[in-house]
Amino acid sequence: MTHTKQISLAELPVDGQAIIVQFSSGRSETNRLVSLGFTPGAKIGMAQNYGRGPLIVTVRGARVALGRGEANKIIVEQRQPNE
Amino acid sequence: MSECHPSSIITPTVIVREKTPLIALAGQPNVGKSTLFNLLTGLNQHVGNWPGKTVERREGSFTLDGRQFGLVDLPGTYSLTANSPEEVIAREFILREQPDIVVAVVNAASLERSLYLVAELVTLPAPVIVALNMMDVAEHEGIHVEAEVLEAALGIPVMPITATRTTGTHELLRIICKTLDGDLPNHPRQPEIRADHLAILKETSQIIAGYVPDPYPDEWVALKLLEGDAEITRLMQEALPGEKGQALNGLLRRHDDALLAVASGRYEWIERMVRAAVVRPKKGQVSWTNQIDAWATHPIGGLLILAGILGLVFWLTFTIGSPLQGWLDTRVVGGLSNWIGQLLGGYPLWLKGLVVNGILGGAGAVITFLPIMVIFFAAFGLLEDTGYMARAAYVMDNLMHMMGLHGKSFLPLFLGFGCNVPAVMGTRVIDSKPARLLTILIAPLVPCTARMAVVAFLAPAFFGPKALLVSWLLILLSMFILVLSGTLLNKIIFKGQRSAFIMEMPLYHLPNARTIGLLVWQRSLSFIKKAGSTILAMAVAVWVLSVLPNGELGSSYLVQFGKWVAPVGQWMGLDWRLTVALITSFPAKENAIATMGVLFGSSPNADLAQILTSTYSTASALSFLVVTMLFIPCMATVAVIRQETNSWGWTLLNIGLLLAISIAAGGVVYHLALFLRL
Repeated sequence: MTHTKQISLAELPVDGQAIIVQFSSGRSETNRLVSLGFTPGAKIGMAQNYGRGPLIVTVRGARVALGRGEANKIIVEQRQPNE
Repeated sequence: MSECHPSSIITPTVIVREKTPLIALAGQPNVGKSTLFNLLTGLNQHVGNWPGKTVERREGSFTLDGRQFGLVDLPGTYSLTANSPEEVIAREFILREQPDIVVAVVNAASLERSLYLVAELVTLPAPVIVALNMMDVAEHEGIHVEAEVLEAALGIPVMPITATRTTGTHELLRIICKTLDGDLPNHPRQPEIRADHLAILKETSQIIAGYVPDPYPDEWVALKLLEGDAEITRLMQEALPGEKGQALNGLLRRHDDALLAVASGRYEWIERMVRAAVVRPKKGQVSWTNQIDAWATHPIGGLLILAGILGLVFWLTFTIGSPLQGWLDTRVVGGLSNWIGQLLGGYPLWLKGLVVNGILGGAGAVITFLPIMVIFFAAFGLLEDTGYMARAAYVMDNLMHMMGLHGKSFLPLFLGFGCNVPAVMGTRVIDSKPARLLTILIAPLVPCTARMAVVAFLAPAFFGPKALLVSWLLILLSMFILVLSGTLLNKIIFKGQRSAFIMEMPLYHLPNARTIGLLVWQRSLSFIKKAGSTILAMAVAVWVLSVLPNGELGSSYLVQFGKWVAPVGQWMGLDWRLTVALITSFPAKENAIATMGVLFGSSPNADLAQILTSTYSTASALSFLVVTMLFIPCMATVAVIRQETNSWGWTLLNIGLLLAISIAAGGVVYHLALFLRL
């Protein structure tokens, strides 16, 4: 782990891989995220991100669409492709 | 299948269970739970609502080897924490109604995620067996699941099935039978909280020990408290004596991140189960879903595809639905009216009027609506079953954002262009209650085909070559008011709260004709049965008001009422005849023209158009068209709003809202037109 940086999920580029660090969402939102597979430590991949509007990620083998606002509240640690 | 209940196994517990065994189907959304339910019960099912809730309750029964089974389809939920009524319904059912067995349907193609609910189910008292569904979709995605390995890891029976092709369902039933008879071991391995929170869980359990009310298991309540479950927290605050309650509150406040520890514990459990049982595809393999989504969720391409699909639905409506509706109206309802009219020739006139104009009029409204509704229900079902619905919601999310809604509200609203009834019923796909209510409230502002028919008749009469332009402006005005009302209502009633946009994008799969067919059948049936009786009652009431006290419309209570409210009409430039025409459009929007025909003493044909043009100014005509577009929803829509909101309060609020909007808009347009000397 020489080269890691913490960014918001919304900043993760398409095909980027990351690990969830934490989220600052409200309780019910956290509950919904958790039941869809988002937990700290879970691997997450970006399937679609056009820089604006909602985005699509893959987490625990499922595809999930998120609003940009929701994605902004999720902090991830980007993994460099060569790791 | 005699091994199902061999006599040697009959123990006292089995004899006690002579009543019909009750099976509950549980599962996350998009795992094919409904398909399995339909497969097992066929038409032997009943659709209602959960008591006091607007959530659909489906139950049914089936017979196997002369033994009857009851089956309840629990609402599809991702977890069992109280986020929405669905989760509460599912867990309360398992705890209170104590089903003999819970069949957890999981999606083999996204096993990790769909086992999350199983991790919750195994902590409840009922025995759980797993139906590993969508084996075909999983194989298609290159995912291979070893059912026996999973079974050994979980400690409960696992049966691979493909419900859409009825593969494995017979074996599933055999496993259900064996489990009921106690022939199969059912000792699930329990998930544990993440190790760093074990001490806190223990502390919580100690505080609540001895105070947990029936039927809740202690351990389960402790976990739900740590998860911050609102319902269970309230339950325990009431059950615990003062100092214990404070101790619990303090503990929970210090560890408000415990939810993540509980969830992580479940996912660790899942990872252990899945690690050995699942062979994942090689990296770089592009799946079906990825390929389609490159287009279907593209910001521009996605909108074009959506527009194409919606265009196709409209095309079907106009080439099949509308002609069929016309045929039903003139041939079936018209023919039946004539026939009954002749049959009742010797009876008093009022009886004939009641039956032909009141009852048949109402029934006609129900029947003639059906073709368009079936087309819309089928289109909706097809889009939902293939997985496309989530994509449509995704690409429309930005636009719906303005109103505090998100993409899921778009398709129901769109259905409103055909008829507002499927629009209101279609709001069932929206999972947040405020968003669903808001969508229902603004749905009647979408101009339906019936209103467009009135406009199509009147606009050419009043505006000649400019009719098309006026029609377009009317639609634009409706859309503008829809967005405006949505935005304002969201701010005022719902305080700007917008539920988070977090939505699963299911894998695409081939539609199942049986699932869609049953959906169309059930929605149509529920419209005919429930809304139908309300519509019939309202049609009879309107007819009675239109003939009492003298047996003719001109001096009836309805017209008297029209004259009484005429001052309001005058403000909008409408005389009492136009006002009465509006009021009679309540049973069905197209009635407005028929009423004018009666009031002007002519049949609704070309002369009526001429009379209207010479009677009314351009400003009055414009105002009437605007009010027609925005007026209170027709009675079929009112009936389903009542049915779907389960509240007369919201229904009346909706009617009042549209009344206010239409009067305000009509007045403004009339005075603006006068000012501009149109």
